[in-house]
Amino acid sequence: MTPVTLSAQDRAMLDGEQGEAARFAMRIVLGQAEAVGAPRLLDVTSAHIDGCLYHGQVSLDFAERLVAAGAKVRVPSTLNVGALDLLHPDLYRGDPETARKARRLMDLYMQMGCRPTWTCAPYQLASRPGRGEQIAWAESNAIVFANSVLGARTDRYGDFIDICAAITGRVPDAGLHRTENRRGQILFTLAGIPDRLLAEDVLYPVLGHLIGARAGRMIPVLEGLPRTTTEDQLKALGAAAASSGAVALLHVVGVTPEAPTVQDAFQGAEPDAIVDVTPDQLRQARDDLSTAPDGPITAVSLGTPHFSLAEFERLVPLVDGLRLHPGVRLYISTGREALPEIEERGWLSALESAGATLVTDTCTYITPILDSSSRVVMTNSGKWAYYAPGNIGVDVVFGSTLECLRSAAAGKVWRDPELWAPPAK
Amino acid sequence: MGAAGEVSTRVLVPGSARGEAVSLEQPLSFWGGVDPETGTVIDRRHPQAGVQLAGRVLVMPFGRGSSSSSTVLAEAIRLGTAPAAIVLLEPDPILALGAMVAHELYGRSLPIVVVPPDDYGRIRSGDTVTVDAGEDRADPLVWAVRLAGEPG
Repeated sequence: MTPVTLSAQDRAMLDGEQGEAARFAMRIVLGQAEAVGAPRLLDVTSAHIDGCLYHGQVSLDFAERLVAAGAKVRVPSTLNVGALDLLHPDLYRGDPETARKARRLMDLYMQMGCRPTWTCAPYQLASRPGRGEQIAWAESNAIVFANSVLGARTDRYGDFIDICAAITGRVPDAGLHRTENRRGQILFTLAGIPDRLLAEDVLYPVLGHLIGARAGRMIPVLEGLPRTTTEDQLKALGAAAASSGAVALLHVVGVTPEAPTVQDAFQGAEPDAIVDVTPDQLRQARDDLSTAPDGPITAVSLGTPHFSLAEFERLVPLVDGLRLHPGVRLYISTGREALPEIEERGWLSALESAGATLVTDTCTYITPILDSSSRVVMTNSGKWAYYAPGNIGVDVVFGSTLECLRSAAAGKVWRDPELWAPPAK
Repeated sequence: MGAAGEVSTRVLVPGSARGEAVSLEQPLSFWGGVDPETGTVIDRRHPQAGVQLAGRVLVMPFGRGSSSSSTVLAEAIRLGTAPAAIVLLEPDPILALGAMVAHELYGRSLPIVVVPPDDYGRIRSGDTVTVDAGEDRADPLVWAVRLAGEPG
């Protein structure tokens, strides 16, 4: 194996000339470069850091070591969700010792100079990377969005390497940083799906779930989605695909920046595989997202990934006049930087008067927020549906936003009979 | 292919370990998929949910899903519930990172190697697998995974 070629600056960091933290971080970055066979390192312009979510003592041991060594980030760095809602601390129902450690961890990442954004959707913040920009982002849904929708370039970064990249400003020149590795590999055609369904938000997490399971590590190309496909739909698609599969980049022909045509998406080559998506496959993927049959529910969770302003704008009229069933709680997760506008536009009071609970800085499936009596939870998120049963031990029912809200009012699952029906003759 | 079931491998994380192979039919995300307190597979959608990974040689094609898997693996290493070694079909930098950091912080090693498809396909759950991936990264990257019961 050829060794990684280091710049003079890389070498200086590795030799400890820029402090112990830079030396430690560079050693981890170099270890990753060797693991992926990168010839050299690259500069990045921003980082998004996932390491601030408490997963156990190791999260804290690692951050304490960096802070004790004087670590400071070298590039603008945003923070992913933590385990606590710092604006609404009473929402946390876990044990105080874990809360103390989770809080300490969040503080340590701020001490390293990261921006306390606490969101899994950094692409919804005011400034975001542009096409071709080399970045080091963690959080699987943020990675797939940055690569696919923004056309920025990040590999699949995770905890530890994210902050090491931010401290050194360097990443391995490998994976999705390189043009040749961004070529589409598996084509999904949607010609067999009715236009009516393609226009529904609920299609996108379901399609993402299907694509992720079928693509594995291949880069999916979707042909046949409307040019009007929204960023929120692409967000839901990517988040679900990155949960059921290892998808870090997907191309949507005519919609995403590297795929004006099918040929562009495949960089002129032929697809390695083709899947003609059928309505039956979609119904199967939809059913696969639920672990419980339609029946009574105890909570509804929306906002995974964090709700955007556009999603609030569409949600608010739907909750107008909604009366939650007394046995059902409704949670909506979003980023704290969206709050001022949500308040200003009167949406917060509308949601709160409908009985909804707004969650910021964290999410309902990674930390104890739901009432312990919550056994069956309904969601419109493919990612939430995928991970919540394992993470917090609930059963889940997947549905559209409207289905979730009407079910919250009914106390049991309500289904829209038209949504998935075959087209009328 | 070497003698006695030796397999050419590429080392992602060096180390030596021996254990009973547990071969996963589908890729697994450690985050949301493995409980670091117990070392068991908790992803209910995974066909091998409930399987114990602690002390075994985990054999799977590649990692999947969330970028927090590094931490869950490192935490499992800290708690002593991690696999003894991981054998992959494709390099997985996220898992490699978890093992690297745990080594830096706690001085415990969990070797991770990548083996070619033919060799990968020969490893069955229940085989005793020895991963001898050395400690020196600069060594030539050919190592051995020995399968018990194979003819020499």
